[in-house]
Amino acid sequence: MAEKDPEKEKRKIKSTAKMQEIMTNYYMEAKTAADTGKKVAWITSGGPVEPLVVMDVIPVYPENHGAMIGASKMGVDLCEKAEMMGYSIDLCSYARSDIACSPTDGGPIGGLPKPDMLICCNNICGTVLKWYEIQARYYNCPLFILDTPFCHTRYPEEAEKYVKRQIQEYIAFLEDVCGKKFDYDRMQEVGRMSLQGQRLWQAVLDSATHRPAPLSAIDAFIHMALIVTLRGTQPAIDYYTMLLAEMNDRIAQGIGAVPRERIRLLWDNIPIWYRMKWLSETFAAHDACLVADTYTSAWCGTLKYLDENDFLGSMAAGYARIYLNIGVDEMAKQVVDLVDKYGVDGFVMHSNRSCKPYSFGQYDIKRIVQEKRDIPSLIIEADMVDERHFSEGQIETRIDAFMELIRQKKRQTGQKA
Amino acid sequence: MNCEIFENIIGDPAAYGRQQQAKSAKPIIGYVCSYTPEELILAAGAHPFRIFGNSRNIELADEHLQTYSCALVRGALEDALAGNLDFLAGTVFPHSCDSIMRLSDIWRINVNLPFHCDVVLPVKLNTASSRDYFMDVLERFRLDLEKHLNRPITKSDLRKAINTTNKIRGYLKRLYELHHDNPATPKGHELYTIMRASMMMDRQDLLSELPKLIENLEAQSPKETANKRKRIVMAGSICEHPDIYSIIDEAGGDVVWDDFCSGARYFEGHVDETAEPLSAIADRYMNRVVCPAKHDGLSNRADHLVSLAKKRKADGVIFLLLKYCDPHAFDYPYLKSALDNEGVPNILIEVSDQLPAHGQLKTRFEAFIEML
Ligand code: SF4
Ligand code: SF4
Repeated sequence: MAEKDPEKEKRKIKSTAKMQEIMTNYYMEAKTAADTGKKVAWITSGGPVEPLVVMDVIPVYPENHGAMIGASKMGVDLCEKAEMMGYSIDLCSYARSDIACSPTDGGPIGGLPKPDMLICCNNICGTVLKWYEIQARYYNCPLFILDTPFCHTRYPEEAEKYVKRQIQEYIAFLEDVCGKKFDYDRMQEVGRMSLQGQRLWQAVLDSATHRPAPLSAIDAFIHMALIVTLRGTQPAIDYYTMLLAEMNDRIAQGIGAVPRERIRLLWDNIPIWYRMKWLSETFAAHDACLVADTYTSAWCGTLKYLDENDFLGSMAAGYARIYLNIGVDEMAKQVVDLVDKYGVDGFVMHSNRSCKPYSFGQYDIKRIVQEKRDIPSLIIEADMVDERHFSEGQIETRIDAFMELIRQKKRQTGQKA
Repeated sequence: MNCEIFENIIGDPAAYGRQQQAKSAKPIIGYVCSYTPEELILAAGAHPFRIFGNSRNIELADEHLQTYSCALVRGALEDALAGNLDFLAGTVFPHSCDSIMRLSDIWRINVNLPFHCDVVLPVKLNTASSRDYFMDVLERFRLDLEKHLNRPITKSDLRKAINTTNKIRGYLKRLYELHHDNPATPKGHELYTIMRASMMMDRQDLLSELPKLIENLEAQSPKETANKRKRIVMAGSICEHPDIYSIIDEAGGDVVWDDFCSGARYFEGHVDETAEPLSAIADRYMNRVVCPAKHDGLSNRADHLVSLAKKRKADGVIFLLLKYCDPHAFDYPYLKSALDNEGVPNILIEVSDQLPAHGQLKTRFEAFIEML
């Protein structure tokens, strides 16, 4: 066995093992739900999971599954299967790979457990509406749609009223499918835990404001699994408490995510799951660290709208006003805030052909950010799961040129580069 | 058949728009999707003008939109940035697909028109709360129009507008029926021209032109005797390519009906003229078959397409899908299997901004039609 590189070992995040254990247990529990009599709901990543926790329903996230498929490089095969089923190659690759998994039990965990219900919240895109309709037909199970009107420039009161009413409908739907009453006291508690988890997650991400950043966006992409899947539960709180402690520890010891952090970058859009390691090494070779991103912060981005003492009442705004459900100019503003907060030197945007709502508007965001903060930016054309849209040589060349540009700029302004 | 007026409009929408702007005091309001309640624009004394995105050489829009957006969205943005829509007093974006949603943002930021309005309709069209919300959105739209066009919109304005659109829809439907009974008059591409122009033309002018056209056609159209030509229904989002009708025609088929949002879906459904106006407008949308970006149950669209194919005695269905159009692409496998189950033969043609080569398309249509 090769000697372990102590430098590398030092830099590894120790909590990862714990997270893997929690996720493995979570998927085991979900996959054996039929034996334990628990119900399983498939839910969109931006969907309101807390009421499911209240009802003891196991939430399963096809998008998280999609990310796993991408990371294990099984995307192309499944996407091709979906194309054989008649789904266009231009559709979201999370949707395509999930749809192809259903009849084949494919993917890294042999398919997701069969759903007893589907919960679709369109605050992230219109794709999920179509995707969940398809799965509702396939599994012949009830579908609840939480329709969160898009907030181009405002969140009008009629939208608030509509979403609030639907949350009542959601609860009635759950009572009906589960055959039991909704426990409003428990909802208070779950809501509080959800907020606590979100705050901890925010604190973990905030730790990257430190130089050198103790964790990178690439790490955040991995560690976000729990805030997505187990939001509103104690294990998520315990885990992020532990992870935060580790981050503080790393800060105290001066351990950074990359060996020599000279350049700090901001990432936009969903990760390119099958090339994360490569990307992180390519950037690290330039002494660059992706210190923050617009994606993982989505799971704590609406804390300002949520009320700890009235989670149910504030949930409408919390779910309707998330990052992907707002106008491009508002997104640009939030990006500028991230640039300032994390002190970044450059902006890397993944133009993700799978995700139109996340990608259309990026060119304008790029321009606005450049106008406001004058930092170089780079657009990488790819797809989050479907490797056929990734051209390594081309991207590497562009990264090299981009890094050179940043170094030049730093030299000009008299910073160490 | 003489449809020169209509041909001129679709041949050069910008010229028509500018000419209207010069000769009439009506502000012209552009809109992008059949979910825009035209009645309110009319009631505000304005001229609703559908934007189709005519530009094919995309240059300016490339600065704002990736190449993986549909030709409609890219073409519309190109037109706007190139100044081909400079006669518009404003634009209305109903929330439909993700691409239109982002187009609205990009448009608001980059296209300088005095009035920009998002009409964020519900995505679900099958619940009581979504209907209430629909009403609220219509009311807000009414107020926005009042404010920006600086004139009140009364119930009687709305009633008049509803009456106008109902009549127009009735005439367009009549034209479809005439073509259905006798595909030679009007021909498929003529019907296409009239439909498309109808969404851009001044509605009063349209109201006087359509009945003349119909009268003419009714006078000359002898009932077709049975022939060996095959009856085709087309399905999809929008047809941007009039040539397709003549290619199908050459291959031995007649397009007798369609399920396009720029076709039959545009005139389907009647607004109740005796009911409260906004409520009646909402009801038309709630009752009409949905576009795939909206939700009305799990089989609504397949049921509609199957019954359409049966009602119109279609020998086959041609799906015409625009590349990069997500909502339609997601529905295609399920619609196809519904048709397959009913034994209705069908094929899929995917178009980007250009039609596939004429010869290639003709061969495919011939092979399909031969098999019917
Ligand atoms: S379209 Fe985008 S937001 Fe929607 S499911 Fe796909 S990746 Fe997620
Ligand atoms: S063609 Fe499809 S993607 Fe394009 S605007 Fe229409 S619904 Fe949207």
